[in-house]
Amino acid sequence: MVIVAPQITKQPAPAPSARNNRGSLGRKVKDNLTGHAFLIGAVLCFALFMWFPMVRGIVMSFQRTRRGETTWVGWDNYVRIVADPSFWVAWKNTFVFTILALVLGYALPFFVAILLNEFRHAKGYLRVLVYLPVMLPPASALFLFKFYAYDPSDAGLFNAILKGVGLPTSEWMQSPTMTIPAMVIASTWMNMGSAVLIYLASLQNIPGELYEAAELDGAGIWRRIWNVTIPQTRLILALLAMIQIVATMQLFIEPLILANGAGTQDSATSVAYLIYQHGFFQNDLNGAAALGVIMLLVLAAFSAVYVRLTTKKD
Amino acid sequence: MSRTLISQAQLRRGRGRFVYWTLLTVVVAGFTLVFLGPLYWMVTGALKSGQEIAQTPPTLWPHDPELQNYADAWNNLELAKLMFNTFYYAAGAVFFQLVFDTAAAYALSKLRPIFGNVILGLMLATLMIPAMVLIVPQYVTAIDLPIIHVNLLDSPWAIWLPLVANAFNIFLLKRFFDSIPEDLIAAAQMDGASPLRTLWSIILPMSRPILGVVSIFAVTAVWKDFLWPKLVMPSPETRTLSVGIYAFAGGTPQNVVIAASVIAAIPTVIIFLLFQRNIMSGLTTGSLKG
Repeated sequence: MVIVAPQITKQPAPAPSARNNRGSLGRKVKDNLTGHAFLIGAVLCFALFMWFPMVRGIVMSFQRTRRGETTWVGWDNYVRIVADPSFWVAWKNTFVFTILALVLGYALPFFVAILLNEFRHAKGYLRVLVYLPVMLPPASALFLFKFYAYDPSDAGLFNAILKGVGLPTSEWMQSPTMTIPAMVIASTWMNMGSAVLIYLASLQNIPGELYEAAELDGAGIWRRIWNVTIPQTRLILALLAMIQIVATMQLFIEPLILANGAGTQDSATSVAYLIYQHGFFQNDLNGAAALGVIMLLVLAAFSAVYVRLTTKKD
Repeated sequence: MSRTLISQAQLRRGRGRFVYWTLLTVVVAGFTLVFLGPLYWMVTGALKSGQEIAQTPPTLWPHDPELQNYADAWNNLELAKLMFNTFYYAAGAVFFQLVFDTAAAYALSKLRPIFGNVILGLMLATLMIPAMVLIVPQYVTAIDLPIIHVNLLDSPWAIWLPLVANAFNIFLLKRFFDSIPEDLIAAAQMDGASPLRTLWSIILPMSRPILGVVSIFAVTAVWKDFLWPKLVMPSPETRTLSVGIYAFAGGTPQNVVIAASVIAAIPTVIIFLLFQRNIMSGLTTGSLKG
C-alpha cells in the first residue's frame, strides 16, 4: 500500500459516471480491448514464430518448392526421406544416444542430489561446481572435449588418464563404437547441473518426519531412499524423465562439433542433424519439414504412452 | 534445518562422523576434478605451444606459458566484433522479453480479457513442441515474413522476436503476478490508476526478483544458442561468438580455437558467479510446486 500512495494523487479523479457504468457493455468492450492491447506484442511473436510455423511445417511437408514454384506432391517428401539410407541410421543413433543418456544422465543427477542434500558443509561450492558447465556456451565446451579430452593420441586428457591407471586407450570420436558414448559423456557433463538443482529443491520439500518414522521402523538408508525419497519426488522424477528424453532426441550440436556432423562411418548422424543437412545443404526444405513432422509424431506418441504409464499407477 | 535422509545425530557420532567427513572430502575433491578440472585444462592448454600440447604424457602446467594463442584468437577471429554482436543481441532480447512478456503475463493474470485462457493454453502448448521440429518452417518464415514480405536474415530482429515467444517466461511471470493480492490492484483502480499505471507502479516494483530471473535467462539463452543464430546470421559481420568460433574452427590451430572458446565462456561464467542465487532460484521455482 505504501508504494501506491504517492502516485495516486497525481492521477485525475475518475468520473463518477464511469464507476456507475461498470457492468455496462461499453465498459466491458473497453476492458477487453485494453487486455488484448497488452497481449498483442507477445501474441504476434507467438503467431509468427510458433503457431504459424507449426502449421506451415505440416503444409510444407506435402509440398515441393522448385525455382520459386510450389506444388502439392502428396506423400513424396516422406517417401524420399524414408528411402534415404541415412534415415534409419539416424534414428538408430538417436535412440541409442537417448537411452545411454538416460542411463547415465538421469539416475546420476538424482543420486548426486541425494548426496549433496546430506552434506552440511561446502553445499554452495558443490552446487556452483555442478551447475558451472550448464553456463558455458555448448560450442566452447564441445571444442574442449573435441580437441583436448577426446584427442585420440596419448596426449589427450582422457587417454592420458586411462594410460595413467593402466587401462587401454581409446580412439574416441575416430572409433565408430565409441562415438555415441563419448557424446553422452560430453552431453551429461554439460547438462546435468540443472537436473541436480531441480532435484535438490524437491528433496528439501520432503518432510523430515517421514524419514524419522521410517528409521523408527528400522529402515536402513537404501530402504529410506526407496520408500520415502523416491515416492516423495515421484512427480518431478517423472517430469524430468520426459523433458530429458525430448531434449536428447533433438541431439544436434554434439555430432556437429565433436564428429563434424556424421562422424566416422555415419556413427554420429542424428535425426536433428539430418533435418539440418536436408534443409540447409541439400536444398530440400520440404524433405526437412517432413522429417520434422515425423520427429514430432514420434515424440508425441512417446509422450502419450509415457503419460499413460505414469498416471495409471496413481 | 530439518532432518534429511540421515539424522544429524547419526552424523555427529563416532563412525557416522568419520564416514561423513571422508565422503565429504572425496566428493569435494572429485567434483573439483570433474567439473573444474576440464576448465583448468582448457585455460592452461591454450597457454601452451602447439608442440607442448602434442606432447605425451601431457604437462600439468605449461612449461613456457604464452598469451600468443589468446592474442591470435582475439585478433584473427575478430572476437571483439563477435562479442559486441552477442552482447547487442542479448541486450535486445532482455528488453523485448521484459516489455512484451511482462505485458502479456499481466494481461493474462490481472486484466483477464476474453479468450485469455485460450491464448494462454496455446502459448503453453508450444512448450510441448521440440525446437528442432520448428527450425525449418521458422527459418522459411524469417526469410520472408507473411503479409509484409520482409527478410529478417542478418537483422537482429530475427533473434529478438522469436525469443519473445517464450512460454516458459509467460508462465513464470504469470504465476508471480497471480500471487500479488487482488486488493492492491483493486485499490489502485479505485483511485483511478490505468492498467498501464498499475503495472508500472505496483506490479513491476514488486516483481524485481522474477524480472531479474527472466533477464538472466534471456542473456544466457542468447549466449548459448547456436543453430538459430547460425541460420539467421549468415554473414561474418553479424555472427555471434559461438557461431563465429565454429566457422573459424576448421582452418585455425586447435589451441587458438580453445583460447577463443575460453574467451567466449568468460561472460557467462561471470554472470553465473554474480547471479548464482537468482539463477538457481529461478530454475527451481519454474519447475516445482505445481
